[in-house]
Amino acid sequence: MSRRQALTAGAGAFAAGLGVAAAGPARAANDYAEQIRIFTGGKQPIEGRVKLELPELAENGNTVPMSVAVDGPTGDVHVQEILILAPANPNARVVRFRFSAMSVAAAATRIRLAETQDVIAVAKLSDGTFLSATRQIKVTIGGCGG
Amino acid sequence: MADAKPRIRLDNKEVRKGETVEVKTLVSHIMETGLRHDPSGKLIPRMIINTFTCELNGKFVFGCDLERAVAANPYFQFRFKPEESGTLKFTWIDDEGVRIEATETIKVT
Repeated sequence: MSRRQALTAGAGAFAAGLGVAAAGPARAANDYAEQIRIFTGGKQPIEGRVKLELPELAENGNTVPMSVAVDGPTGDVHVQEILILAPANPNARVVRFRFSAMSVAAAATRIRLAETQDVIAVAKLSDGTFLSATRQIKVTIGGCGG
Repeated sequence: MADAKPRIRLDNKEVRKGETVEVKTLVSHIMETGLRHDPSGKLIPRMIINTFTCELNGKFVFGCDLERAVAANPYFQFRFKPEESGTLKFTWIDDEGVRIEATETIKVT
C-alpha cells in the first residue's frame, strides 16, 4: 500500500467513524433527542439525582471509563433502566442498563466517544418518573479509528 | 472469539442476606462498529455483542443492551443483593447469535 493510499484509507476510516461521510455535514447531530423521547415516552426527565462519572479529558476516545448511579430510590421504587447517550457520536445510543429488584442502581463500563461532547444519562424509575444527568467530556482522539 | 473465556470477579462469594455483591465482567470481543473501512475502502460489517445478562437461578439480576459505542472487550461492573444461594449465569450474545456463557456460585447465609 502506498503512502497516499494509506493516508486516504485512514482519513476515510476517520470520517466514517465520526459519522461525517463525504456527503454529510461536518458535525451531523444524531437523533439523541428522539432517542430520549422514545425512552421516556415523551415525558420530560427531571435533572438530578443521577450521578454520571466520566474523566474530564479522554486522550483516547476508544475506551473511556464511565459509571452511572442513581441516588436513593427508596421503598418500593427502584431504578429499572438507565440509558446512556452520546449526542456527538455517529449513533446516539451507547448502552442501556437493565436492573432488577435485586440490583443496586449503579453500573460501570467503557465506552467509545467520537469527539468532545456532553454525555447524557436518563434513568427510568419504577414509579414512572425519569431522571437525567449530563456530563461534558473532552476527547482528544476520537474513538473510531482516527 | 466465542472460545475466549470471559473473566468474572465477585468481591464476595459468600454473603449474608441483604449484603451487596459487586460483579466485574470482561469478555474478549472486537466490537466492530460497522463504521470503519478496510484498506481497500470496503465497509467492515458491524459485529458487536448486543446483549449481556446476569441471572441468579434463572431470575434476572442485571443486563444491558449494547450499542456500537461500547468499547472493544466489553467490561461491566454492577452490584446486587442476592436473595438466595445458587448459580449466577452470565450470557453474552453477539450479532451472529454466538453465545458466550459463564457461571459462578454464590452462597447466601
